[in-house]
Amino acid sequence: MLSRPLLRFVRDDRRINFMRGRHMGLIVSAVLSIASVILFFEPGLKLGLDFRGGIIVEAQTPGAADFGKLRSALEKADIHPDAVQAFGSPRDVRISINAPEGADREAQTQKLVDGVKTAISAAEPGTQVLRADAVGASVSSELFRDGLLALGFSLAMILAYIWIRFEREFAISAVVTLILDLTKTVGFLAITRFEFDLVMVAALLTILGYSTNDKVVVYDRIRENLRKYRTMPLRELLDLSINETLNRTLGTSMTVFLAALPLALFGGSTLTGFATVMLFGIVVGTSSSIFIAAPLLLLMGEKRLRKTPSSDTE
Amino acid sequence: MMYYSRLRLLGVAGICLIGLLFCLPNFMRAPTQSLPWRQIHLGLDLRGGSYLLLQLDLKSLEHDRLQSLQDQARQTLLDKSLGYRDFQKDDQTASLSFEPRSDAERAVALKTMQDLPVVVPDEFHVTEANGRIVLTLQHDAMLARARDAVAQSIEIVRRRIDATGAIDPSIAREGDDRIVVELPGVSDPERIKTLLGTTARLTFRLLAPNPSVASPGSAMLEDISTHSQVAVQDHVDVDGTDLTNAGAVIDQQSGGWAVTFQLNSAGATAFANTTRANVGKRFAIVLDNKVIEAPNIINPITAGSGQITGGFDAHSASDLALLLRAGALPAPLAVIEQRTIGPSLGAASIHAGILSLAAGFVLVVVFMVLFYGRFGLYADIALFANLILMVAILSLFQATLTLPGMAGMLLTLGMAVDANILINERIREEVKRGRAPLQALQAGFERATSTIVDSNATAFLAHVMLFVFGTGPVRNFALTITIGIVTTLFTTLLLSRFLVVRWYALARPKELPV
Repeated sequence: MLSRPLLRFVRDDRRINFMRGRHMGLIVSAVLSIASVILFFEPGLKLGLDFRGGIIVEAQTPGAADFGKLRSALEKADIHPDAVQAFGSPRDVRISINAPEGADREAQTQKLVDGVKTAISAAEPGTQVLRADAVGASVSSELFRDGLLALGFSLAMILAYIWIRFEREFAISAVVTLILDLTKTVGFLAITRFEFDLVMVAALLTILGYSTNDKVVVYDRIRENLRKYRTMPLRELLDLSINETLNRTLGTSMTVFLAALPLALFGGSTLTGFATVMLFGIVVGTSSSIFIAAPLLLLMGEKRLRKTPSSDTE
Repeated sequence: MMYYSRLRLLGVAGICLIGLLFCLPNFMRAPTQSLPWRQIHLGLDLRGGSYLLLQLDLKSLEHDRLQSLQDQARQTLLDKSLGYRDFQKDDQTASLSFEPRSDAERAVALKTMQDLPVVVPDEFHVTEANGRIVLTLQHDAMLARARDAVAQSIEIVRRRIDATGAIDPSIAREGDDRIVVELPGVSDPERIKTLLGTTARLTFRLLAPNPSVASPGSAMLEDISTHSQVAVQDHVDVDGTDLTNAGAVIDQQSGGWAVTFQLNSAGATAFANTTRANVGKRFAIVLDNKVIEAPNIINPITAGSGQITGGFDAHSASDLALLLRAGALPAPLAVIEQRTIGPSLGAASIHAGILSLAAGFVLVVVFMVLFYGRFGLYADIALFANLILMVAILSLFQATLTLPGMAGMLLTLGMAVDANILINERIREEVKRGRAPLQALQAGFERATSTIVDSNATAFLAHVMLFVFGTGPVRNFALTITIGIVTTLFTTLLLSRFLVVRWYALARPKELPV
């Protein structure tokens, strides 16, 4: 039974002419990325508590939550929430308050969270507090800075590694592709309104790492084939390399996708956003290895990496 | 490559077994106390509990030092019979300044100030401006003091939290001036927040000659027993650091709650001297800049013990006694970040994490068998070993596992089979090129290795950076992935390869199942 694999993504002798669609791929990618950059500025990312500061209290009332009652109880305690909303089951309530302004806002933030807890347990006896977070304004701006620093340094390390291991053309096209991937993911975040917080920074980085990994494998094969087929035109060689690694590319994407899928489905409120963004990133990263990274290499390396016969240029 | 020495074989099997052994403590209780029982700690998001980030008030530290420096400077000038005029303290610029009595004394006064003993090196600079001598505290020196103060505060915070009976708290420094407190199982941290938010600095100070107006060397403080303002001298006669014990008792006369205290011999002597010299005057018992009570000194108090009655109830009296016993914080601490996870959410998160981990694992395992047959099965065995080794290493380091950490483990499992896929695809290509099984296996392993190392190296670097620069949940995520990359390299490059080689040696197949 185990003598032969049962399934296969593409037949080994299948040769798909990916390079024919290179302009299309680049244009679609550029359009999507530009749209994402626009989305990044308007409406922008929805910052999570980590980065915007303020208060979130999630509670479970004994019966179905009576939002009017909770709201008026909070108003009575002189607390003015920015949102009192349902999440999960009808018994679950999420109360969020933006970071207060003013001189002693740090102390105010911490005081508010206790006030909210007291007010709702008085209004609905038996209420269980699931989560109560209060992040001061100074902390949130630091977390934001640290998150971006982590992102920046990791990106720099990835770049440095590719730079050292491959020729310049490879490194540059990898960087450009990664930036295109990253912008699209940010656009996805802006559209889906998932909260951008520390965990999301980790998701972005994992996508970057995964996407890099995918590009390294394809580039590795291209480099190998460049040595092996000394006379093959670059365009043909790229197509051959992509096709040779296609089953691997799809296979690995599939396993990572399958691993992240249950998180998106059952991961709970903390991880659903994280995992959904991961799934998106896997699809983007995989397709960009094929449709973006290799065509960019063709554009840049046509002269340097290999002399392409004139008949092949359009 | 196709031959595994017995030693290597034993090594691979041994590591897997040791890994399994290290996993076990997570699933059972320690049979005896003496065994080194190392487990993974569940993070607060899985266990339920509270996280508090406390910030030391640098301004107050500066203010205190300025005050003591002023006392010191004045005393030294007096001792050397150097006169001064218009002694000023400026909290904004963290400086003291005064005018020497005459130009003749200027140089000596300057020299005297420069020679004042310091607590940390280069603590303040002495300069001359507009005929005044100015002492300015240095920011770096204050930061050094802040680090000392944080170290001191951690001890006091620990004593206070221990006194509340919280189980397994973790208290650690963060940066120069912050403390992280983690309280597993505490879902309502209000009392602890109040306890930690109290500096509990107890001082005994005389009232100003005219208690209704502030005069130089005194300040108006709130008297919480009478709800009025009284002028209390800045000079501290006896300090709470001289306390040796404190307790909550019922006051014999009034029947209300009171706090008794006992001073050490230095404190007792100072207390006796002050009370003896000031019989008939009032002295204030000041806690964190609020006057608890300001009784008349009727008789000198020489025994070094006393009682504070300030309208306490049982609760506040025992809390104050607890705070006094634990000692005062060197500076106020303010909570700047607080995260509380209720026990039910923690349990739900563990459930979600384990369900996802199991489902993801099964999906990947099934995929590998369907798409890679026998070699896929070997990859699955290696994957299982990978999971065990990850848990083992986390247990060995007694690391904390959070929900993002579990996500990291799951993603590692997804990425781990990449190496197997790379090897398999390579072997398959070699077979298609018409190589014999043995050569195909060999070439497949060899050629895939550099690709595997390349792709894992990039991921490794990225996540080490994330660990170093990240905070909170990100760090835990990066940690599990970093560990996962190491175990992945071991399980794919050694274990699954070893399984393939053993199978080949035993079955001697004419064709490879790729």
